[in-house]
Amino acid sequence: MLLRHTTAKEIDRKALTINPAKTCQPVGAMYAALGLHGCLPHSHGSQGCCSYHRSALTRHFKEPVMASTSSFSEGSSVFGGSANLVSAIETIFSVYDPEVIAVHTTCLSETIGDDLTQIVSKANEDGKVPAGKKVIYCNTPSYVGTHVTGYANQVSSFVKFFSTATPKKRNVVNLVAGWMEPSDMREIKRIAKEMEARTIMFPDMSDVLDTPLTGHYDMYPKGGTTQADMIATGDSKFSIGIGPYTTEDACIKLENKCKVKFETVEIPIGLKATDKFIMSLSRHANVPVPDSLTEERGRLIDMIADNNKNFYDKRVALYGDPDTLIPLVEFLLTLDMKPVYIVTGTPGKHFDEAMTAMLKEKVPEAKFMSGERADMFRLHQWIKQEGVDMLIGNSYGKYIARDENIPFVRLGFPVMDRPGNNFFPYVGYTGATNLLIKILDAFLDHKDRTCPEEKVELVM
Amino acid sequence: MLWIRYVCVQLNRATVLWTNEKGDTTMIKEVNNSVSVDDLKKFKEEVLHKYPKKVAKKRDKAILLNDPETPPQIQANVRTVPGIITQRGCTYAGCKGVVLGPTRDIINITHGPIGCGFYSWLTRRNQTKPETETDENFMMYCFSTDMQDSNIVFGGEEKLKQAIREAYELFHPKAIAIFSTCPVGLIGDDVHRVARHMKEEIGDGINIFGFSCEGYRGVSQSAGHHIANNGLFKNLIGRDDEKRGDLKYRVNLLGEYNIGGDAFELERVFEKCGINLIATFSGNSTIQKFENAHTADLNMVMCHRSINYVAEMMETAFGIPWIKVQPIGADSTAKMLRKIGQYFGDQELIDKIEEVIADEMVAVTAAREKALKKTNGKKAMLFVGGSRAHHYQNLFEELGMTTLSAGYEFGHRDDYEGRVVIPTIQIDADSRNIEEITVTKDETRYNPRKTEEELKALEAEGMEFNGYEGLMPQMAKGTLVIDDLSHYEMEKLIELYKPDVFCAGIKEKFCVQKMGVPLKQLHSYDYGGPYAGFKGAINFYEDIEMIACTTIWKELKAPWESETYVEAQYAY
Repeated sequence: MLLRHTTAKEIDRKALTINPAKTCQPVGAMYAALGLHGCLPHSHGSQGCCSYHRSALTRHFKEPVMASTSSFSEGSSVFGGSANLVSAIETIFSVYDPEVIAVHTTCLSETIGDDLTQIVSKANEDGKVPAGKKVIYCNTPSYVGTHVTGYANQVSSFVKFFSTATPKKRNVVNLVAGWMEPSDMREIKRIAKEMEARTIMFPDMSDVLDTPLTGHYDMYPKGGTTQADMIATGDSKFSIGIGPYTTEDACIKLENKCKVKFETVEIPIGLKATDKFIMSLSRHANVPVPDSLTEERGRLIDMIADNNKNFYDKRVALYGDPDTLIPLVEFLLTLDMKPVYIVTGTPGKHFDEAMTAMLKEKVPEAKFMSGERADMFRLHQWIKQEGVDMLIGNSYGKYIARDENIPFVRLGFPVMDRPGNNFFPYVGYTGATNLLIKILDAFLDHKDRTCPEEKVELVM
Repeated sequence: MLWIRYVCVQLNRATVLWTNEKGDTTMIKEVNNSVSVDDLKKFKEEVLHKYPKKVAKKRDKAILLNDPETPPQIQANVRTVPGIITQRGCTYAGCKGVVLGPTRDIINITHGPIGCGFYSWLTRRNQTKPETETDENFMMYCFSTDMQDSNIVFGGEEKLKQAIREAYELFHPKAIAIFSTCPVGLIGDDVHRVARHMKEEIGDGINIFGFSCEGYRGVSQSAGHHIANNGLFKNLIGRDDEKRGDLKYRVNLLGEYNIGGDAFELERVFEKCGINLIATFSGNSTIQKFENAHTADLNMVMCHRSINYVAEMMETAFGIPWIKVQPIGADSTAKMLRKIGQYFGDQELIDKIEEVIADEMVAVTAAREKALKKTNGKKAMLFVGGSRAHHYQNLFEELGMTTLSAGYEFGHRDDYEGRVVIPTIQIDADSRNIEEITVTKDETRYNPRKTEEELKALEAEGMEFNGYEGLMPQMAKGTLVIDDLSHYEMEKLIELYKPDVFCAGIKEKFCVQKMGVPLKQLHSYDYGGPYAGFKGAINFYEDIEMIACTTIWKELKAPWESETYVEAQYAY
């Protein structure tokens, strides 16, 4: 057994996290910063942070992930990192020539108390920032919140530094993209286009973290929200925040700054979340839903109905980020599956309330937990107490899946051991069918491999 | 009049060639695949002018044309300029991730916010194989105190103590190690005090120790290796005097981390030769192996950078001589075995070793000959680690390939120029931060394994003790040696010289490949391996042959991009 020391017996842990279902803020900030065109994320801390974050993102996307670091030494840790950041800004613009540097902090620079506003304005005063270029920043202390919080903080910084209201509103809806795959962002843009809605998506990692191999490397690929679009978000008539944990703060800031009203919806994973997203976009962009999307919806329903026997009453354990887990649990319930154990390391009331609301009647035995020590060790202990039929989450679940011999669907961040996250979306009706196929494949492959020989069926 | 337009596209850079009636054309310059030493000279000029003056001045000393006879002085182990995109990581990564990570029965608790523990969780591919189903194995677990803002404000020592209590209650481990992350040092948490306190509180023979390996402590992972070495020596080595197993030919292998099963292959080779491997630092290791390591009679240092301190300390304290070995490449694995034979000087062992080498080389030679047909004459570049950029040149040589350029991520001058330069290395402020522990002869257990005369005699026969010649003597004259390669320099290297294979890590992998050059990861082996020892060499030959024979690289251009076609229209 790989996780041979995990037993069903829980103790009341108050300090020790084991096998976390979260990571720290800066990696989220780095990911979100890649969704701005021509932007180089910059990690203000010691080299390891930047190295770890780039590695984690690269292992997941199998794509180049560029970011620079302030390379703190002991000296900068004692005297502050101001000199490092100013020198970094100069070096970055002359060597790597981005349009924007997006600085995020780390637990190191936050503990020291580096004041980014002051440091960056000094860099500007000293002429370290070439004309037409920009340095933006956000605070992402690793000891507050999680990678989800870091993503949200970076997205908010885009609003803070770019969004501008002019007297002329435009008939455009902002799509504030939460933590999704580039393929999901591409799919949401396709849906919007299908609806003929005028939208600006930010951040937008499609065509950044899913670039073609051509023999030529572009440090700043063609994708990403442009600065012009980002500025124009202040003139849009409405914002839809897709994923409350990652986008609500940016939406609020945009409303306060530019009077752009907003609503947040869950990431459109599954039938109902997609319904809600499409209705929201239809209402706020004032466009009808085309038949083509209704047909996509119908095909999804068809597939669910056809395969109902494989879903009904199946017990599922899940871990990951709240913006993914909430619509995913809703989708599993749509399939008449039973999400019995759900953990997320990301704290927040919304998750607890949404889970209570969804599960109270349908799966009263469900256990869920968020925040500190809501970790995969605990989830595994629950599974040891009473088993499940399926596990859904990032690559770290493979050890539990193997020990417990349960079908495993990889979804979330990071997925390091299988490619394809940037090809097949999970959002929208088409994405939901992709997800269904993954779930079915996992169940049916497992059955084919493990059932008695006389039970192996050709037609399933 | 007939105008003809030719469209020609190469490597996605489109150039339209106009041919009018006068026959004027513009051409794309072909990328020249044959690189001469003279060409390599251009590199430095090309890259330095892009940097701000101060940065250029600094990088100037880290980019050199090699001379194997008299290695030039390279600037290494100095701070990376802020803003430069570097391959380097941090002190925590070197200590927890590299050196202590591979030991399966210590509970490694990361004291800090969640990230550091998360990123070092199973990402280094250190394989481990417990002897029984019930043996302790915590490799798949990640333990963290997950510090929150209140812990930063009020201190995290109490949370750490409680975390240790909980780890003990749940798992009853023999040892718990605590690794400090950046904020720990700043807020003044004393992990060593907590370790002592908890050792006493729990009792039960538990060993608890801490590492002050905050990420900012050094200029790279290297500082973390040193801190880990000190900790190994202070807290583990020498705690168990019992001599187990065969008393003949007792050796330790230092600086081998069992990436992709390297240690398993070397264990196999040693066993086949009848050599008793007491401990590997730290691939496939256990606490007991560390505690017992001082009962060996020879230390072999593989990754010099990460572990030479332990070798030095064990020699001073216990009298165990050390030699540098490179079991990467079949020939150098054979060389390592012969050195062991020579050291013990026992004809029975020497004969056995020759028999094993002859036996192993049958398959190795066959695989090499097969691969050579595809790899001979190809060109490689290696930018990785503190020893891999050197050792893997052995394998490329065996494949008939030339190394055009190489350098370390976190090496020191001695890893480039050889240990002879150590007395001339200036200790800067960053190195002074790292604790130096004073080791003296162990009063009861110091036992020189060889007398001065014996060592001299072995040296006269060509054996070198406490020595490492470094990377430069192995590389050809005029090749490029670059320390702490930046992303910009990497792009330039590829653009100018188009190597057939570029060796680096995950962060470099996909940008290099976007440029149409295959990248072989030498940290993770692209999830292949083992590459050490004889079977490892065969795996490497096969993998490089595979890279040389991979055909997809020829399909980068769509047919409509590469075809020269003619658009014509009549003009009246």
